Amino acid sequence: MAYTAQDFKKGQPRWCPGCGDHFFLASLHKAMAEIGIDPWNTAVISGIGCSSRLPHYMATYGMNTIHGRAAAIATGCKVTNPNLAVWQVSGDGDGLAIGGNHFIHANRRNINLNMILLNNRIYGLTKGQYSPTSPRGFVSKSSPYGTVEDPFRPAELCFGARGHFFARAVATDAPGTVDILKAAYNHKGAAVCEILQNCVIFNNGTHDNVYSKEGRAKNAIYVEHGKPLIFGENNEFGLMQEGFGLKVVKIGENGVTEADILVHDAHCEDNTLQLKLALMGNGDGFPVALGVIRDVDAPTYDDSVTAQIEEVKATKKYHNFAELLETNDIWEVK
Amino acid sequence: MAEEMIVKELDQVVVRFSGDSGDGMQLAGNLFSTISATVGNDISTFPDYPADIRAPQGSLTGVSGFQVHIGAEKVFTPGDECDVLVAMNAAALKTQYKFAKSTACIIIDTDCFQKSDLEKAAFTTDNPIEEMGIKNDVIAAPISQMVKDCLADSGMDNKSMLKCRNMFALGLVCWLFNRDLTIAENFLREKFAKKPAIAEANIKVIHAGYDYGHNTHSSVAHTYRIESKTVNPGKYMDITGNKATAYGFIAAAEKAGLKLYLGSYPITPATDVLHELSKHKSLGVVTVQCEDEIAGCASAVGASYAGALAVTSTSGPGICLKSEAMNLAVIMELPLVVLDVQRGGPATGLPTKSEQTDLLQVLFGRNGESPMPVLAATSPTDCFDAAYEASKMALEHMTPVILMTDAYVANGSAAFKLPNLADYPAINPPYVPEELKGSWTPYLRDAETGVRYWAVPGREGFQHILGGLEKDNKTGAISTDPENHDLMTRLRQDKINKIPVPDLEVLGDKDDADLLIVGFGGTYGHLHAAMDEMRAAGKKVALAHFKYINPLPKNTASVLGKYKKVVVAEQNMGQLAGWLRMKIDNFVPYQFNQVKGQPFVVSELVEAFNEIINK
Repeated sequence: MAYTAQDFKKGQPRWCPGCGDHFFLASLHKAMAEIGIDPWNTAVISGIGCSSRLPHYMATYGMNTIHGRAAAIATGCKVTNPNLAVWQVSGDGDGLAIGGNHFIHANRRNINLNMILLNNRIYGLTKGQYSPTSPRGFVSKSSPYGTVEDPFRPAELCFGARGHFFARAVATDAPGTVDILKAAYNHKGAAVCEILQNCVIFNNGTHDNVYSKEGRAKNAIYVEHGKPLIFGENNEFGLMQEGFGLKVVKIGENGVTEADILVHDAHCEDNTLQLKLALMGNGDGFPVALGVIRDVDAPTYDDSVTAQIEEVKATKKYHNFAELLETNDIWEVK
Repeated sequence: MAEEMIVKELDQVVVRFSGDSGDGMQLAGNLFSTISATVGNDISTFPDYPADIRAPQGSLTGVSGFQVHIGAEKVFTPGDECDVLVAMNAAALKTQYKFAKSTACIIIDTDCFQKSDLEKAAFTTDNPIEEMGIKNDVIAAPISQMVKDCLADSGMDNKSMLKCRNMFALGLVCWLFNRDLTIAENFLREKFAKKPAIAEANIKVIHAGYDYGHNTHSSVAHTYRIESKTVNPGKYMDITGNKATAYGFIAAAEKAGLKLYLGSYPITPATDVLHELSKHKSLGVVTVQCEDEIAGCASAVGASYAGALAVTSTSGPGICLKSEAMNLAVIMELPLVVLDVQRGGPATGLPTKSEQTDLLQVLFGRNGESPMPVLAATSPTDCFDAAYEASKMALEHMTPVILMTDAYVANGSAAFKLPNLADYPAINPPYVPEELKGSWTPYLRDAETGVRYWAVPGREGFQHILGGLEKDNKTGAISTDPENHDLMTRLRQDKINKIPVPDLEVLGDKDDADLLIVGFGGTYGHLHAAMDEMRAAGKKVALAHFKYINPLPKNTASVLGKYKKVVVAEQNMGQLAGWLRMKIDNFVPYQFNQVKGQPFVVSELVEAFNEIINK
């Protein structure tokens, strides 16, 4: 059946005007319509936080649960009914602070979940405390003199947990967001999508360098599997390997041609270079990587659970409770 | 040789097998109880494991015990003290002698009472019997040597041969109680079906032990026989509380036609439920060993939403961590069973020991008004029924339910008459009727039960959002309206209050008792035995034992108000007494509280209860 975004829409979002969540929500509706799974075969599960309000604006099944536990709850849901398309939505506080343990283990187990991480580098609903993705020195209500701790970089956590899919988009970039959401759905296994999203009230401008189309043209690189890693307003720059790292080169300078540019391999099992791409753009002269950075096939947990059950069913002789009882040492009193 | 020995008839006997952790005492004890059960005796067993996984061999901390109580009629506990103590080494004698009656017969393996063994067991002389002032009959047999002689031709190595020592002791005990060895033979052949040589070696050693007793008449004046007085025909198995709990969940899921999902995290003494359920993939059981207790419960909430019979299993420290997700199931009104196998607390406490100290935690340990039904299983076999009932209650009333057991009930075992699932009540979850499509909202309730309907994802036209935020009763949307919150709070409470539970049963002298004993959960056997002993001594005593704690049985107030004196006996500082006082006007009971991590001792109960009667 063909769906439109309207089929997935419900209610009136109550986020602040200009909040990045509005943009993301519209892209999610559009992506789901293009994917074409019935709303009643879709579950959207969030934790607590501004972004975790999202399921209320979906015409699918869903839960807006408790702080940090969305990935764990989504795990039970998916394993119980592998036919459901399960989307897990968390913010940076929900997903990486209180829910950090569930985030890494969902990746390690490779549960077939689409895991959305809306990263605005701030706690919004509690009105402006630093989050685990706020940069060192960040001044907030709970850090009036600046934080004295380093942030998580979500890709590092995902890769460290042996995640097989990582993609990134900017909330205001609808086509870019829809693209990675569809890729996440098509990837079998835990698929982390980091959405760079602005909080207009408590952390305005945190993603300014890439939030506008012009900004992205200058400061971002769209990575695509099998394509050379070229960027710049006039596609004049590229990425090359240098020693253990990457370097930015200008095509046509110092004898560099397009053929010298590194070609993106999202399917490469070894995540070394994918991680380097994912970590670019922290004020280091590199562009921010957008698109599907890693997308590697691996057995999913839910498929493996189902397969193991079928396998054991075929080998064991008992298949109901009465037969189970008979497997014990039994005596008869007459 | 003496004349033909006298066989004494006994009503009941307690045998305690003890030795080093590696000596196979659990197997010997299990086999003896099974042999006894097979001839129709009632059985109750309790293993006493050391806390250390691999304590040094022969050390005092490495002693493992297994107590078996067998009776001609119903036995309610594994027994306070034993009539026969098997001590396979010096350390076992040192630590376990305190569990022996003054009249008990003691069996020791003299080969493990050598100088180094005595030193490890901290004996200071070379005569441990004298040193401990033991006046009992002692069968001192060179068991290790006889086992080696018996298996000399087997081609087994020394270590493997010595692994059969436990069977020699078992053979000796079987002789003492005139047990038929063919049952043991059959069990061993089945247990070691893939290693027939091992089975035959063990069988040979059992016979050697039996014959040793028979030929030497050892040092005892007579052997014993326990005839079964009440026969309840049928097929039986030996089952521990944890296994019975797991079976109860399997049975309930099958009856309800649902997938069984267990989200869990390893924790003593509940882990055996995870182990047991993990085995039964051929029944479609899904077990997820989660990253923590929180995820164990949270994933079960997700599984419940997706339409499973969802269970999470743990002990007290795990309940602390699961509380938040349990509360989520309360406000979302989803079925969930939370199993709490209680152990000693607070904090890590006494992980392998038994208490009833989580009662107030499970009743009240959550933020907000968070009513949850609570059941407490009363015996190893009752764990099956309790797990079935908890599942049925959760599924039919759309609520998380707490099922409490404890380390004693969970690890103890008893003869379990194989249940016929057809005899168990149907389980009918309140699935939303198809005709409500279009008009249904998530908190629409059945007018009579107050239970909301269940719409499982996958059903077209019933998409809805649940969550941890308060919802409008009519629309299901988020609501902070004061009147609505007050209403929802009352609706959630009313729903629990309306759950039907059986009346509280009074046992013993229900019309004219001078003392009513009150308890809950796993102390049933000990309280019952105490009542029996007091009544046998001419006292007027009754017992009212709670299995349903929230909601309380409807007749609770009338039962408790009927007797002059009531004592609430529990393995905590008075949690049930406090709960009853909160619920029943003017209820002021006597209390018997013990928090030792050990099961009650019947003789101590009797003494305390007599004192109350005489006040």
